[in-house]
Amino acid sequence: MMSEIKIGLEIHCQLTYLQSKLFCSCYCDYRFKIPNSNVCPVCSGLPGTLPLLNQNALEHAGLLSIALGCNVPNEIVFYRKNYFYLDLPKNFQLTQYNAYGITSIGVNGKLEFEADTKRHARIRRIQIEEDPGRLVYENNTVDNSFYTLIDYNRAGVPLVEIVTEPDFTTPKEVRIFLNKITSIIEHLRICDTRLEGAVRCDVNVSIGEGKRVEIKNIGSFKEVEKALSYEITRQKTMSFHEIEIKAETRHWDDARKITKQARVKETEEDYRYFPDPDIPTVVLDNAFLLTLKRNMPELPDERKRRFIAHYELSDHISQVLIDNKELSDFFESAVNIYPSPKAIANWIVSDLIKFINGDNHSQPQSNDQGGTFHSGLKIEAKHIAELAQLVDQNIINRNTAKGFLNQIIKTGEMPSQLVKKTNTSKIDDKNMILEAIETVFRSEKSAVNDARQNSKAINFLLGRIMQLTKGKVDPKIALDLIKKKLIESS
Amino acid sequence: MVNLCSLTAEQIVKGIINGDFSAEEYISQILERIEKIDDKINAFIIVDSSGALEKARIIDKKVRNGEDEKDIGALAGVAVGIKDNICTRGLRTTCASKMLQDYVPPYDATVVKKLKDNGAIIVGKLNLDEFAMGSTTEFSMYGSTHNPWNIGYVPGGSSGGSAASVAASECALSLGSDTGGSVRCPASFCSIVGLKPTYGRVSRFGLISYANSLEQVGPMGKTVSDIVMVMNSISGMDNNDQTTLDSETPRYALRPKGNIRVGLLKELVEGAEPEISKCIYSAMDLFSKLDCKCQETSMKSIEYALASYYTIAMAESSSNLARYDNIRYGFDLSPDSYEWNAYFAKVRSNFGEEVKRRIIAGSYVLSSGYYGKYYLKAQKVRAMLKQEISLLLKTFDVLIGPTMPVLPFKVSEKIDDPLKMYMIDIDTVIANLTGIPAISVPAGFGKNLPIGLQIMAGEFQEQILFDAASLFESAANVHRSPEL
Repeated sequence: MMSEIKIGLEIHCQLTYLQSKLFCSCYCDYRFKIPNSNVCPVCSGLPGTLPLLNQNALEHAGLLSIALGCNVPNEIVFYRKNYFYLDLPKNFQLTQYNAYGITSIGVNGKLEFEADTKRHARIRRIQIEEDPGRLVYENNTVDNSFYTLIDYNRAGVPLVEIVTEPDFTTPKEVRIFLNKITSIIEHLRICDTRLEGAVRCDVNVSIGEGKRVEIKNIGSFKEVEKALSYEITRQKTMSFHEIEIKAETRHWDDARKITKQARVKETEEDYRYFPDPDIPTVVLDNAFLLTLKRNMPELPDERKRRFIAHYELSDHISQVLIDNKELSDFFESAVNIYPSPKAIANWIVSDLIKFINGDNHSQPQSNDQGGTFHSGLKIEAKHIAELAQLVDQNIINRNTAKGFLNQIIKTGEMPSQLVKKTNTSKIDDKNMILEAIETVFRSEKSAVNDARQNSKAINFLLGRIMQLTKGKVDPKIALDLIKKKLIESS
Repeated sequence: MVNLCSLTAEQIVKGIINGDFSAEEYISQILERIEKIDDKINAFIIVDSSGALEKARIIDKKVRNGEDEKDIGALAGVAVGIKDNICTRGLRTTCASKMLQDYVPPYDATVVKKLKDNGAIIVGKLNLDEFAMGSTTEFSMYGSTHNPWNIGYVPGGSSGGSAASVAASECALSLGSDTGGSVRCPASFCSIVGLKPTYGRVSRFGLISYANSLEQVGPMGKTVSDIVMVMNSISGMDNNDQTTLDSETPRYALRPKGNIRVGLLKELVEGAEPEISKCIYSAMDLFSKLDCKCQETSMKSIEYALASYYTIAMAESSSNLARYDNIRYGFDLSPDSYEWNAYFAKVRSNFGEEVKRRIIAGSYVLSSGYYGKYYLKAQKVRAMLKQEISLLLKTFDVLIGPTMPVLPFKVSEKIDDPLKMYMIDIDTVIANLTGIPAISVPAGFGKNLPIGLQIMAGEFQEQILFDAASLFESAANVHRSPEL
C-alpha cells in the first residue's frame, strides 16, 4: 500500500550578524560568555521595562523574505505568545502571528530546488521572534539532574522562523532544500550557520491519512534527514500493523538515533496571542523595500548560473560549490589569483573536499558546526591557486601536487616552497632521464633481459628509475625512453 | 516656625531659591509631618528620610554657591512622593504586592530620573492597589490608605497614596499612574488636581505595566500650576519607550483665559449621584460666566466603554503579570521538593484576590475561540469611541463631566462587590480608551466629601486642558487642605 508522505519544516535561524538583541542593546553574540552576563533589565524581563525594536532586524528578515519569494506586507505587528517556561524571562515570547490578519515580515513564498526532478516548496510565512534563554542541566538531561541552571545570555537574541507548507515527500528532498536554504542564508549574510545552535529545524511528518507528528530537538540540519528516515519507517511500520498514529510531538534522541514521545499534553496549548501594545505597528514603506532590493546580494541560483556561464564549470561542480558559500568564495578567491577555473574547481571538488568532510562524505555539508569549513586545515585560496599553476606549467605532476596538498593542509607551506625544499621539480631533460636509465640498466641486467621477453617487467624498471629520481621524472616520458633503450640495446 | 508643608510646589521652589528657608528645613518638616500623621493616612509604603535629607543638603549647597536657577532645577527641593509601581533605583518598588515585596530596581523610571534631574526630592513610595488594580487603595498588602478628609473613607485608587499624601501635605507633589482613572479618581476623592496625560506624552519606561495600551504616568498636586510644573519636567519623547510621541514637547504655561468651547457630557452627569450632578452643573454655569460657550452634549458609545475597558485591561494584565514567577526576583520561598509547575502555582497563589480575578478573566478573553468574541470586539468599541470623541472635540475645545459618579465611600463598603466597584470607573475610562488627556480639579463638596470636575481635551491638547482647568480653579476657589 503506497501512501503519500508529507513533510513540512519549521526552520529557526538566528540573525547572527546583528550587533544587538531584538529588543535591547545587549550583544547578539551570546556564545562563550559567563552565564547571565549578557543581560540587561529589558531582556531579563525586569518589571517596568519596555521592548525597543532593533530596526536592523527588519532589514535582515526582509532580505530573507524577498530571497524566498515572499510578499512583505506594508505593516507588520509583534504578538505576545504566552506560555510559562523557565527559560522565558517574561513568560511570553515576542513573535509574529497571522491568524488575525497577515502581519508577519514574509508570507506566501516559494523556493525551487533540484532533487531528482525540479521541485519547489511553498513558504507559508517568515516571522521575526526572540530566542529564549538556555537551560543548563547538571547532568545534561533533566531526568538525572538534581538542579537546573538558567542562562539568560541568549534571551532576546533575534531569530527568523521559516515555516514551509508540507511540500516534501522524501528526507532527501529535505536535505537538498536545507542545503539550499543554508546557502541562501549565508549569501545574504544574515546568519553564520556554522555557529552552534544558529540554525535549528523542527519537522512534521504525516503518511496518507495518518495524523501529523512533529519532531523537535533535532540538533543540526545533518540530523534532520536521519530523524525523518527513522520517523517515516516508524509510521509505516505502525500502519502496517494497523496501529493508529496519534498527533503528537516527538523528540529526536541524537545518541540513540530514534524519535521518542515527548511528554503528552492533555490539552492543546493555548498561547493566547495578542498584539504587544508596547511595540507600535511597524510600517514598511516603499523606501524600505527599495533598500532591500538595493542591498540584495547575488543569491546561489544566480551565482551558479554565473559559474556555469563565466567559468564554464559543469552543473554538478557548480552545484557542489554553490551549496556552500565558503567553498564558492574560496573558489573565486583562488581564481582571482590564478585564472584557471576548471582546474581549481577540480582541486576543490575532488580533492580538498575529502579533507573537509572526511572520506565518508561525498557531498559537502555546509552546516558543519564550529569553525570554518576548512577548520583546522591550513589551506588558503593562494595554495590551491599555486598548486594549479605549478601543474599547468609542468613544474610538478598531479601526483606530486596531491602529495603536496596533504602536506599543505598540515603546515600551510606554499607549494613553490615545497618544490624548492624537496627538489621535486619534474625532470623533463631527456638527457638526465637517459642518465638515470643507463644507471638502472647497468645495475638491473637480469631485469632488462626479462623486460625484453615480457613487457610487464618494464614496470619494474620504471619503478627503479622513479625510485632513483625520487619520482621527479615524468613516468610517461621515462617509459617511452625505456622502450626505446630496450630496442636500441637488444 | 512657619508651616512649610502646606505650600505648593511653586511656593517651595521660590522660597528655597530666594533663601526664605532651606531645602533641609523644608524636608525636615515634611518628614516630621509624615512621621506624625501617616499612621492615620497610611499613604507611604517606604519613606526615604536619609536619602531625602541628603538631597536637600545638596540643593542648599547649590543655592549657597549661587548656582544658576536652571541648574538647581525647576523643582528644586520639592518633596515628591512616587506611586510604588514606578521604579526607583535602589529604593524598593513593591506594587503593594507580596510578589515584589523585596524588589529593588536597578534603574530609575524615566519620569523619576527627570524629576531628580529637575531638583525634586523623592521622599518615599506611595501606597496603591496591588499592581494598580483597584479604585479604592484597599487591595494593598500594606493595608488601606485613608481619605484625609475623613479617615473612615477611601481615598480612591489606585493611586490612593499619591492623592492622600498630597491632600494631607505629606508631600507637595506626587506621581500616580492612570490606567482607567487611577490618578483622577483619587484626585477627585481627595480634592486635589490630577492629570492623565495623552497616551504617548509621558514615558512609561519604569512604570510597572498593568495595561500597557491604556496607561500613563500622571502628576498630582494641589494646584493646576503645580501640575504644569511637573509636566514641563516629565513629558516628552523617550528613547526607552517607543510609544512616546516623536516630536518636540511644548512648554506648558499657566494662562487662565475664557472663550473656551465647553461641552458637558450628558450621560456622565445623568449617571452621577445627585450632589455630584448639581455640583457639575454649577461648574458649567461658572464656565459660562467666565465667557465660555457651554453646551450639553451626548456621547452614545459611552455605554460600551466600561466593558471594553475591562476586557482590554484584564487581557493585557494577564500577560504582563506572567513574569512574576519568583525565579529572577520575588519573595522568599524555597523551590526545594517542588516540581516546576507546582512551584509556579504555589508562588502565584500569593497574588491578592483582585489581581487573581483580573488575570483569570484576562486569560479567558484571550483564549483561542474567545479572542474574537471579547478582545477584538473590545478593540472595535475602542475604535468607535475614538471616532466619536474626536468628532465631539471638533465642536468643543473641552468636554466636562464628573470625574467620579459617586462620592467617596466608607472603607470596605464595596470591597466584596467587584462589579459595583468596576462601575465607578465609567467616567474615567473614556480618556484611557481614546488616549486623550483628562484632568480632575476640585469642584466642591457634597455631604462634606470632595467632588472632582473632569475636563477632557483632544490628543496632545494638554495646554487647552490647563487653560480650562486653571480658569475654573481660580474662579471656583475650592478648599484644598483638610484638618488633620
